[in-house]
Amino acid sequence: MSNAPGIRVEGSASINGAPLFTPLTLKLGAGQWTCLLGGSGVGKSTVLRLISGLATGAEFNGTIAATDGAELASRVAYMAQDDLLLPWASISQNVLLGARLRGETLDADHMLRILDRVGLTEHASKKPIELSGGQRQRVALARTLMEDKPIILLDEPFSALDAQTRAAMQDLAVELLQGKTVLIVTHDPAEAARLGHAIIVMTAEGLTHCPHPSTPIPRPIDDLETLECQASLLRQLQTGAA
Amino acid sequence: MKYLSALAAAAFALLLWQAIVTLTGLPKFILPSPALVAETWWQNRALIAEHTWATALEVLIGLIIGAGLGVVTAIQLAASRTTRLLVQPLLVFTQALPVFALAPILTLWLGYGLWSKVAMAVLIIYFPVTSAFFDGLMRTPQGYLDLARTMQASPARILWHIRVPAALPALASGLRLAAVYAPIGAVIGEWVGASRGLGYLMLMANGRAKTDLMFAAMLTLGVFSILLHLVVAYLTRNLDKDSC
Ligand SMILES: Nc1ncnc2c1ncn2[C@@H]1O[C@H](COP(=O)(O)OP(=O)(O)OP(=O)(O)O)[C@@H](O)[C@H]1O
Ligand SMILES: [Mg+2]
Repeated sequence: MSNAPGIRVEGSASINGAPLFTPLTLKLGAGQWTCLLGGSGVGKSTVLRLISGLATGAEFNGTIAATDGAELASRVAYMAQDDLLLPWASISQNVLLGARLRGETLDADHMLRILDRVGLTEHASKKPIELSGGQRQRVALARTLMEDKPIILLDEPFSALDAQTRAAMQDLAVELLQGKTVLIVTHDPAEAARLGHAIIVMTAEGLTHCPHPSTPIPRPIDDLETLECQASLLRQLQTGAA
Repeated sequence: MKYLSALAAAAFALLLWQAIVTLTGLPKFILPSPALVAETWWQNRALIAEHTWATALEVLIGLIIGAGLGVVTAIQLAASRTTRLLVQPLLVFTQALPVFALAPILTLWLGYGLWSKVAMAVLIIYFPVTSAFFDGLMRTPQGYLDLARTMQASPARILWHIRVPAALPALASGLRLAAVYAPIGAVIGEWVGASRGLGYLMLMANGRAKTDLMFAAMLTLGVFSILLHLVVAYLTRNLDKDSC
């Protein structure tokens, strides 16, 4: 989908009167991957939930809008650290969940094509409990792809996976989410260095844009520029926490 | 292993019972021996079977109606805030009333036949089923609800496709509880006024000092309740298995 809009978040948030973050402006480039890093509790998930129109514990003052001016919440797909697969439903039913929840006709052919792309065709009729953590996260990715939304919000989607599976999932996600506007919240500087068209570190004082390699994503793990970026991000997170 | 320990417990109870009878020398109209009860049970098997059937029918109809009403109420409560505000306090209040006290009035309204006992069974299981299922419906993991919201799902579809299936294990435990309570309800109904059923048989035997027959009927009721519990547990096993 090449007509993915950019997003602009402008405003501040507070929880029970106590400020969570001061006025900030977050811009997500159209069709690009933006990585959001930051210490625990600074409000990364809150920003993500605000964009997707979900309830948060915080009070937000400001505006959240797509750069094309059209409505936002209905064009967002959301994927979290927990794969959120329904344990009683089969893999194919889980992938079809969105259509079923909207009462649309179920496009089984499309679903099978997507399962094929994430390499889970032979597991289509299994229950989530029969799959490994990495496989389950691929189902969650398939479910997100099935939604076919131009904006994808990822909240630490791969943090529960081992390093090898995580790298494979990053490659797969970049390939399959091409052209979409992606916001990924992560704790992992290596992930940000590999995936970010833009890398932003969030603190209570505001946002810091970090330099990053200009090579296309996903960047090789052992690329020197990527490693340098990862190191400088780590340094920055440490000084931020100190 | 479970069955083995149940058998061992039963054997132990029989031994203890026999020992009490032998040691105390109580007359048989006070405490009959297990052997006598077994003999009486066998001699009266047709009579006991007939009354067991009557009680079983009351219990089964009561279970179906009570569970159905409970399920519908729980879904209605979960679906509508207005219903919660209006009906929930009422439900809690009715639980503070002793259901047993209603048995005479139910007999007055519905007569001495089957339906006053069915009504007792329904009353006694309605609340456990409703509250177990309702609790389950209100405890849907937040992540599922968030996901469904970003998928633009309507509340009705979220209820049907996510909250209800996620609450089925809770419903299953409510139904297993109901299987234990329903026979109690039916027997209380029979005590208040009936011409058949195990509760009636117990009362009748007791009144004529046929204590052995009273025991035979009571033990039959116990075995029936256990079997019913096992059957319901078997029937609801899938409700547990499919969710985590
Ligand atoms: N429902 C809620 N009610 C009240 N406070 C909340 C609620 N949800 C989050 N918070 C608070 O808001 C702050 C930001 O939470 P948020 O989940 O956005 O942090 P985060 O940056 O995503 O952290 P992490 O990296 O640990 O996921 C935290 O201090 C948290 O305690
Ligand atoms: Mg978070």
